[in-house]
Amino acid sequence: METWIPWLTALIPLPPLAAAAAILFLHPCRRPAAALALAGQALSLLGALAVFGGALAAGGTEGGPVRGLLTFTWFTHGDTALPLGVAADPLGASMLLMITFVGLLIFIHSIGYMREDPRFARFFCFLSLFSGAMLGVVAANSLLLLFICWELVGLASYLLIGFWFQKPSAAAAARKAFLTTRVGDLGLFLGLLWIYKETGTLLFYDGGHGLLEQSALTSLAGQTVAGGMALSTAVSLLLFCGAVGKSGQFPLHIWLPDAMEGPTPVSALIHAATMVAAGVYLVARVFPLFAAGAGGDGVTTALTVVAWTGAVTALFGAVVAVAQNDIKRILAYSTVSQLGFMMLALGAGGVAAGIFHLLAHAFFKALLFLGAGSVIHGCGHEQDIRKMGGLRKTMPVTFILYGIGMMALAGFPFLFSGFWSKEAILVEAFAWPVSRIPFLLALAAAVLTAFYMTRQMIYVFLGTWRGKDRPHESPRVMTLPLVPLAAGAVLLGFLATPAWPWFAGFLAGEAVAFSPGALFTGKSLAFMALSILVAATGVAAGWLVYARSPASTAEDPLQTRFPAAHRAVSRRLLVDEFYERTVLRLQSAGENGCARLDGVLRRVTDGAGAVLSRGLGGLAGLLDRSVLNSGFDTVCQFLRAGTAWLSSLHQGRAQNYLRFVGIGMVVLLLFYAWLQS
Amino acid sequence: MITALILIPLAAALCVALAPSGWEKRLGGLALAGSLAALAWSGILWIGFDAASAAPQFVEARSWIPAVGGEYILQMDGISLLLVLLTGLVVPFSLAAALRSGWQDRISLAMILVLQSLLYGCFTAGNFLLWFLFWELTLIPAYLLIKLRGGPEETTAAMRFMVMTLVGGVAMLAAFLGLYAAAGTFDFLRLAELGRSGELTAAVGATLSTNWLSPETAAALVFGGVLLGLAVKVPMWPLHIWLPDAYEKAPTAVSMLLTGILSKMGIYGFLRILVPVFPDQLERFLTPLLWLAVATIVLAALAALAQRDLKRMVAYSSISHLGYCLLGLFAAAGTVTAASGHSAALSGVLLQTFNHGITAAALFCFVGFLENRSGGVRTIDAFGGLRSAAPVFCGLMGVALFASLGLPGLNGFVGEFLIFKGVFSLAPAAASVAVLGLLGAALLAMKVMLRVFHGPLPPESKPFPDLTAGEKLTVLPAVALMVLIGIFPQPVLTVFNAAVVQLAGYFGS
Repeated sequence: METWIPWLTALIPLPPLAAAAAILFLHPCRRPAAALALAGQALSLLGALAVFGGALAAGGTEGGPVRGLLTFTWFTHGDTALPLGVAADPLGASMLLMITFVGLLIFIHSIGYMREDPRFARFFCFLSLFSGAMLGVVAANSLLLLFICWELVGLASYLLIGFWFQKPSAAAAARKAFLTTRVGDLGLFLGLLWIYKETGTLLFYDGGHGLLEQSALTSLAGQTVAGGMALSTAVSLLLFCGAVGKSGQFPLHIWLPDAMEGPTPVSALIHAATMVAAGVYLVARVFPLFAAGAGGDGVTTALTVVAWTGAVTALFGAVVAVAQNDIKRILAYSTVSQLGFMMLALGAGGVAAGIFHLLAHAFFKALLFLGAGSVIHGCGHEQDIRKMGGLRKTMPVTFILYGIGMMALAGFPFLFSGFWSKEAILVEAFAWPVSRIPFLLALAAAVLTAFYMTRQMIYVFLGTWRGKDRPHESPRVMTLPLVPLAAGAVLLGFLATPAWPWFAGFLAGEAVAFSPGALFTGKSLAFMALSILVAATGVAAGWLVYARSPASTAEDPLQTRFPAAHRAVSRRLLVDEFYERTVLRLQSAGENGCARLDGVLRRVTDGAGAVLSRGLGGLAGLLDRSVLNSGFDTVCQFLRAGTAWLSSLHQGRAQNYLRFVGIGMVVLLLFYAWLQS
Repeated sequence: MITALILIPLAAALCVALAPSGWEKRLGGLALAGSLAALAWSGILWIGFDAASAAPQFVEARSWIPAVGGEYILQMDGISLLLVLLTGLVVPFSLAAALRSGWQDRISLAMILVLQSLLYGCFTAGNFLLWFLFWELTLIPAYLLIKLRGGPEETTAAMRFMVMTLVGGVAMLAAFLGLYAAAGTFDFLRLAELGRSGELTAAVGATLSTNWLSPETAAALVFGGVLLGLAVKVPMWPLHIWLPDAYEKAPTAVSMLLTGILSKMGIYGFLRILVPVFPDQLERFLTPLLWLAVATIVLAALAALAQRDLKRMVAYSSISHLGYCLLGLFAAAGTVTAASGHSAALSGVLLQTFNHGITAAALFCFVGFLENRSGGVRTIDAFGGLRSAAPVFCGLMGVALFASLGLPGLNGFVGEFLIFKGVFSLAPAAASVAVLGLLGAALLAMKVMLRVFHGPLPPESKPFPDLTAGEKLTVLPAVALMVLIGIFPQPVLTVFNAAVVQLAGYFGS
């Protein structure tokens, strides 16, 4: 690979960061601020295109794709330098391209969506900060640099979820997102420390010395820690904690639906397309570590945990999405579910399937969110789908684009990317040698996906308008960016069909030939039929349940039929309540316990101080009284008595004085005589 | 050179104290100029400092009280220089904050300058007697400042602070008298040599042991005395108990000084005395000490969350953050060898010392600004929605809060990362529990931002003006340092790198 490519990769995150700094310090007006942010994003897109082209041209070698590396020293402590670095390879390059492209479209959409917001410029500042940090995550060739950018992404997410901080719900959601992901990040941090301790490096690839390269992996897989677990498994699971937090996997998914409190473009960019996929990306990036020590079937404990987590999350998100009424929350749970699909693919060993679903999902979910933004904007900031309806007539453009997104997500056959990406995941899950249950869970989740999306379409676009103010179509600046996204949601699918699995070849650094015959093998046909059946079942069920009662704002038919189950599902299966009862109570007990412990310690200290001072004081008092006071007093009394006696001699009588003089002389004479003798 | 450094703030203090009576308005500026002059002088020393050498530099040695081994030795290695620079930054910062809250009386201003002078002495003295003199003398201005500027009910807090520190000081003095009896010197470098070679333990055992006191116990007692004196100052759990009240009752500027530098005297003492002189004893008591440091981190972080008073919150979080320094110190003193583990832990400790001095002082300063506006109210429940009214204030304080929770890109992360890197390779179990402190810090910062900055402005609230130009000027240098050190920590690391390499070399790697 040519040397300018990694250099360029290192520069890609900088334009958005520079734009963010410029907006922060220069306080530009609205138009210049948006222009700065767009320019930064567009520059990065150009860079990403060039890097992608470079990775495409570089191809691969025997050992995988060609990687361009750039390593630099952050600082030196003691005798040790701490290197950071970036890598240009197919995985990173495709992520860079997706983030900059989808990001740019969402930036443009935001100009319309945030038009009336007084903090318009600040919004673009945060958005640019996010974009720069996110590009850093995928460009990094160092776990430390990845972690740094990972946390900055979290900061940007916090700032943007809480963008309307005056709303208590938005402020609380921002806090919840930051803290929940932070819990996962502690695991990631510990994993990072542990890897650093064992391998002495945090670089992924470093000419044979990186932590994802053979010598380090062999050594990590060869050691065992407590419970007979391989060291590589232990650190993989710690890293996975971070991925679970960031990618909204069960049981740390709770923050993601609440994050919908942020402006809708934020939900599209951060909480659908890019940041929440960072966890999936992390697992894909360090996949060799997760897979270290695997036998011929590619199964390791770490990957098994990933697969199960993904499968459970996929079904969980899909189930909860069925009973939500907020248009964005449905999409949020759908995101949780789709992220589960991606994790499942990775856990089953299908990195290409997982990452391809990530990319396809970024397009169609961003499309859906921006479509939802357009709907919300057109309905006067109404988000409850029960109060919408009939929008296909009033918002035709949005309807068509949203429909494309819906069909991609539900997995409509052949034409839509979601069909191919989901089929690939089902293939991987089916082939997983450990268990078939995750495959069945994913199948059920796929049916439910088609079901809840049909429900949403019926509620929002079919039937008649049930809201108050008359809805209107959104301006061009909001709808036009959806067109390329819709195109991507369709066209991307052709890069990963069984006939031409180009994307998998690109990731692996292999050239892939076009072979239409692969479509018509028995296995391929069976899975395509299964996928079609899944989508059709979901859509048909949704149509049957909801098509007849879309006009009423009354109870959901499912609610009438299964009241208890529906209530539990609509309350998100009570996971939040569970945490409130357990974790949060434990935390507040800990807080109060520590505060009370301090009170006790303070009293003990004061008591000891009092005893000490009283003891010392008593001793000193005793000394004072017996030695100093009374001693002094005795001397004084003696002096007083003596002087009283002496003064009693001063009587003023001359004869007495003469008598003393005489006595004195006699005494002196006697003394003199005694001296002479 | 160093004597001049000590004399500059002292001279400024005299000027302030003796200034003619018409000068009340100018006293603040005069004091600030004096402390900034000292900062400039320490900057000159920094330029003249040879960072590649671990040997003491700018040495001034004169005979002082030869009869008891007291020598006037002032010298500077990288560790001293770091703390001298920190002192030079925090004292003007705190003076500026004091002026913003309207301090004018000459005694208080002069006391701050005297404190600066004593701190310089403490961080550069090379002989125990001289060092101890500075160490104990700092108590007087600190105590007086709490008493003078606090109200009448501040007696308990000031008293507890005074008594606990004094008891620690007495224990340390007694221990050092024992050392002197055994080794015949008060010189830090000489004591460190004896300590490293193991002669000191033997000599202490031989001199102080009696029928009922074994040599090991005698050495342990001497070690314990020094440890007590230092641990109270930092403070280490459970000796931290004086701190929340003292910080809460002290006026803002004094809290800034207490947390910004006075707590660093303890860390400095650990690095200068305990770690070099008592390697055997540290090794012996390593496990309990490590866990006490972990307790300091975690319990203080939890206790911070239970507070209602913003100042007490910051005080507790300050304890927790200093716990990382203790953790790194103890872990580095163990004999476990790990590639670059010792130097990482020690570098982290020093960087955290510097960072914490700036960040914690800034947080107190922000709480002070808040208090100036709310008329003395500091309860967390009394605020809300300030970000609507005062975006600049909230933005800058937000940077400080994120720095204190260890967000990468700001200064706190670099130090904590290095400490954790070192400690994890030396004592993984302690490091794994200590990461809970990171979560606690995040919980605290999030709580403050949620309750104070966010939400709607309470309808009946008083107007909350944003930062004035003077206030911005006061905090901007600190905030700028947080960002700069977070991105480019190398200049700070270079100051003490040679000293760290030398110190780490004593422990195997």
